[in-house]
Formats: sequence, C-alpha cells, structure tokens
Amino acid sequence: MNDTMSRYRTMTGHRLFWPAAVLVVMLVANTIYRPGFLSIELKDGHLYGTPIDILRLSAPLILVALGMTLVISTGGIDLSVGSLCAISGAIACMYISKQPDQNSLAVVLTALAMALGVALVLGAWNGVLVAVIGIQPIIATLILMVAGRGLAQLITQGQIITINSEPFRAIGLGHLLTLPLAIFIALAAALLVAAFTRRTALGMIVESVGGNAVASRLAGIRSGRVIFLAYVLSAVCAAVAGFMMTANVSSADGNAVGLWVELDAILAVVIGGTSLAGGRFFLSGTILGALIIQTLTTTVYAMNISPQTSLLFKAVVVIAVCLIQAPAFRARFTRRRGSVPPSSAIADKPKEQVPA
Amino acid sequence: MTTGSLTAGRARFRLPRRQIPVLATLVLLLVMYGIGVSQYQAFSNVQVIFNVFIDNGFLLVVAVGMTFVILTGGIDLSVGSVVAMTAMVSASLLQQGLPAALVLVIALLIGPTLGLLMGCAIHFFEIQPFIVTLAGMFFARGMCTFISGSSIPITDGFWTRMSQERIGDPRGNFVSISVLVAFVVVAVAAYTLAYTRLGRNVYAIGGNPQSALLMGLPLGRTRIAVYTISGLCSAIGGILLSFYTLSGAPLIAVGMELDVIAAVVIGGTVLTGGSGYVFGTVLGVLVLGVIQTLITFDGSLNSWWTKIVIGGLLFAFILLQRLIGIRYK
Repeated sequence: MNDTMSRYRTMTGHRLFWPAAVLVVMLVANTIYRPGFLSIELKDGHLYGTPIDILRLSAPLILVALGMTLVISTGGIDLSVGSLCAISGAIACMYISKQPDQNSLAVVLTALAMALGVALVLGAWNGVLVAVIGIQPIIATLILMVAGRGLAQLITQGQIITINSEPFRAIGLGHLLTLPLAIFIALAAALLVAAFTRRTALGMIVESVGGNAVASRLAGIRSGRVIFLAYVLSAVCAAVAGFMMTANVSSADGNAVGLWVELDAILAVVIGGTSLAGGRFFLSGTILGALIIQTLTTTVYAMNISPQTSLLFKAVVVIAVCLIQAPAFRARFTRRRGSVPPSSAIADKPKEQVPA
Repeated sequence: MTTGSLTAGRARFRLPRRQIPVLATLVLLLVMYGIGVSQYQAFSNVQVIFNVFIDNGFLLVVAVGMTFVILTGGIDLSVGSVVAMTAMVSASLLQQGLPAALVLVIALLIGPTLGLLMGCAIHFFEIQPFIVTLAGMFFARGMCTFISGSSIPITDGFWTRMSQERIGDPRGNFVSISVLVAFVVVAVAAYTLAYTRLGRNVYAIGGNPQSALLMGLPLGRTRIAVYTISGLCSAIGGILLSFYTLSGAPLIAVGMELDVIAAVVIGGTVLTGGSGYVFGTVLGVLVLGVIQTLITFDGSLNSWWTKIVIGGLLFAFILLQRLIGIRYK
C-alpha cells in the first residue's frame, strides 16, 4: 500500500507527467468523439491517418520550439521566429520562382542555402543585440518581429508567390519509409540538439548561463558567446520550419507564414516545463508541448469549430498547465490540505478550479 | 521623480538624462513633420495633425494603459484582443436591442474584469506576465469569434452620433469625440502617475520590486491595479474603435499590441520599468501616426515600409536608451 502510494507520488511528481496526461486525455476524448480518430491506413506505400497528420503538422512547431527552448534556457526569449519563417520561406520561393527549371534539385538546394544564410545573418543580428549590446531579449527580438514581416513582404512585393517545384514540396509533403519526411527532419533536429546539449557539456553551460550569466562568466564560461549561439540556432530552426510551412502550400505569403508561431512555440516550451526565467530546459517536454498544441488544433478543427475560436481552448489549456506547474499554486493547495505531501495533493486537484 | 534637495547639485545632470528619450522623440516628431511639410504642400494643413489624432485616438488610449503596465516592469499582450472583444460585445448587444447606456457600462466592465483576473494570476500564482496575458489574448480573441464569425454593423443612434459628431468647424478643421475622450484619458493617467500614491508606487515597483516591498509599498495591490487599468484602457479603446468603424469585427486590431508596445518604447519608457512618462507615450503614438501619414502622402511606398520603419525606429530608440546609460536588468 505504502509502496504503491510512493510510486504513484514519484510518477505524478515527474515533470513530464502532467503534459503527457493532458495529451493522453485529449487523444482519448478524440477517440470517444470520433472512433476512427486513431486508425492509420496504408495507401500507396504511405501511412495516412489523423495521428500521422498531427505528427506531420507539428514538425514546424517542434523545430521552432527546439530553438526557442535553448533561447529561453539562457534566460532570453525570441519573438522574431515567426517573421524569420516568413522571410526564409519568401527568399526560397522567390529564388525558385525566378528559375527556368523549378524541379531541379540544384536550384532548390541553392534556394535553401540562400535562405539559411539570411536566417544566419538575422539570427546573428538578434544575438549581437542581446549578447553584445545588452538589449533586453524581448525587445531586441521585437524589432525583427515587426520589421521582419515588412521585409518578408518586401521580398515578395506583397504578392503571394506560388511555385511548382517537386523537390521543395517534398520538404513539407514528401515521404520517407512510409512516414512524412517532415517528421524525420524534426526528429533529426531534435536528436542533433539533444546530442549536442546532453552528451556534451554544452547543455550544462547553457543552463549555467541562464541561471546566472555573470557568475558563469566569472567561472570561465563565455556567456556572451553561448547566448549569441542560442539566437543563431533559433533562427536556423525557424528558417527550416519556414521551408516546411511554405512547402506545405507551395507558396510564400509574407503576411501569413508563421503568424503566431512564436507564441505557440513559447507555449510549447512552457508546457514542457522549461521556466521562462531560464536555467533549466527539457527538450522532451518541449516536443510533448508542441504535440499537445497541434493535437488541440486538430481536435478543434475536427469538431467543426472555427480556427479562431480554438484560441479559447488554447487559453484554457495554457492557464491550466501553467497553474498546475506554478509552485505558488501548488503551495497554496498544499497548505489547505495540511499535512498531505505536495505531489499527491495536486493529483486530486479538479480541473474546474482553474480561473480562465 | 523629484530629486531631494541634498542631491540638488547632481540633479542638474540627472534630470535631463531621464528625459532625453522623450526629448529625442519630440525632435524626431518635429523633424518628420518638417519633412512632410517641405515635401508635400497639403501636409501643412492643420487638419493633417487632427486626422492623426482621429485615426489613432484608440491606439493612444490603449498605449496609456500599456505605459502603466510597462512602468511596473510587466507586459500586457492581451490589449489588441480586448479591444476587439469590447467592440464585438457592444456591437452584438446593440444588435439585440439593448439601450446604449447599458451596453456602454457592460462593455466597459469586461476589460477591467479580465485585467483583474490576469493581475491576480500574475501576483498570486507567480506566473510570468508574458504567459498570463498571452492566455488572456487567446481567450479574448476566441471570445470574439465565439460571439460571431463575421463583422456586426452598429446602427444605434448614440453610436452613429458619437461617430459623426465633428467638433470645431464642420467644413474646416475638426476633431471627433474620440479625440476628446483620448485627451481626458491621457490627462487623468498623467495626473495619476505623477501626483497620486498609486502612481508613485508604480514607479517604485518598476524601479526595484524588492526595495518597494521592503519599504512597505503594496506590491500586490499595485500590480493587480496596473493590469486592471490596462484592461480598462483597452475597453475604452475598444469603444472608441467601435465609434470609429461603427462595427465589431472578430479580426480587427490583430497585432495591435505590438504597435502599442512600439509606441510606448519609442515614447521613451524603459521596458524593465521604473522610467517613462505618459507624455512620451503620446509622442510615440504621434510618431507612428505621422509615419503612416507620410507613407500615405508619398503614395509610391507600400504599406510594408511602415513596419520596416517602425522596426528601425525601435532599434534606434533602444540603442539611444542604452547609450545614455539607463540601466537595463
């Protein structure tokens, strides 16, 4: 009895428990509402089904959120990712649309390289503003967020650029080993980041900079360089996500590509348990958070509710997850319960108590 | 920000320092206006200035509310959605035939209530303002489409009168009632910040929350109050917007929070809190308005240049704040 209790406590106390529980609840609710929700079928050697769609559509968000996780763990924030998605997509589509042979692999690779190059420069710009000049991250990246939308529209001349390029389309809609290619790209990025941060000292360094940049510098870590790198990496992730978004629809719209993705990405990171104050980061939590957000969006679409109204649900989920994770909220709840230990007290908490 | 008599000698250096960002904005505004006048003949018409106020009255009111929040070191991302929600609620209630006075009261209560709730969540549960107001933004925007998926026209007599009333010479130079409302809000806000206990607390908490708490200032009450004030200003802004457009649309004022934050920053308020003036915010809104007017007058420039110019100005002003050594955290 005591043993099961303590095991239960360690499980609910695990940082991934609540995000995972929310995801499972949403999937179960979906399956009850629409029994065919979880079914996957094989057609022409490709897997199809709602779960696959959710994975494919969440790939850009996962990418953006990965970069965002690193930036947030250094104690910063990157609001410019949405604009960067739009800029990179616009550059790639603009270059491809100007070429005679849009299906040539060389053309697509050049386009991607150009767009990535620009993203690197813009990421470096963010990094310099934050790490060298010392501007508050939220405002330093706000500059590019506002101006970036304008730049994207400048590149496309305010038009929606449509292209007809198979290799480019493949980034968003192609398949590999029966699964969408986008999933593999996101997975590869996640593994790459995880390997670099968790198998080397880099992750620890990033966390120490986020915890206290000055103290880390005194301890011999080049804080400025680490922060700079985080912004550059975030920009690159955003650029790849931008390719996916534009490839999905084979067109670049400077106004609409990546709109609000920065907010979704920040939400994914926060839902995953990374504190906005910096100092700790959880890549697995971030990916889980991105999946939650995409599942929520897909659910709402499937229920025939307008995309804008889905924001209502998003607001409720955000507040619920944040409240569950807020130490102050937990503490308040424990005090009322008297001697009951904190973790089991939260487990009993009914969701209705959340003020939205 | 009065300096005591003991530091009177240093005050001579310090006082202008605090006001340099505001002065720079003023100079910029005058330069831009000068460029406009020298390039385009019609620009010197006084009505051009009045039109800037008429077109940006609601932005001004919302920016004043945002100034309070930013002065405490917080941020409120929900303003644009709350503006839209207020306009939407009033349009929908008027359509159902409720009397204008009642609608006005209900519409003006929604914003502050949401602000109060967000303030409580921020203070009591110690969740980041960024996240809480982001949720508030989603909530309010979701409510808009929940009320109606398409735009609702307003035909109410009171609303149309407020919208069409021209104060001044109807054929010559005039302003709308919204402009007067905006001026009243600015005056009340400036008085509150400069001369009341609440205003002083706002500056103190923005300067250093820990010291403010140790001094016995009501940290929680002030923090909740600024979000409520911001909610109220957004509600007033929403009413003014519904006067201006005579409708409620679910997708109106999308991204307005960025314009508002930009206006406040260009107006010289420091984002970490503790330093800034309502007058600066007025100048910041005017700068945005004049940029738009200049681009409209030019005709050959496209609307996206507005965003690029605003981004450039943001950069210049933040760099300026940094150079003159207002400390960032």
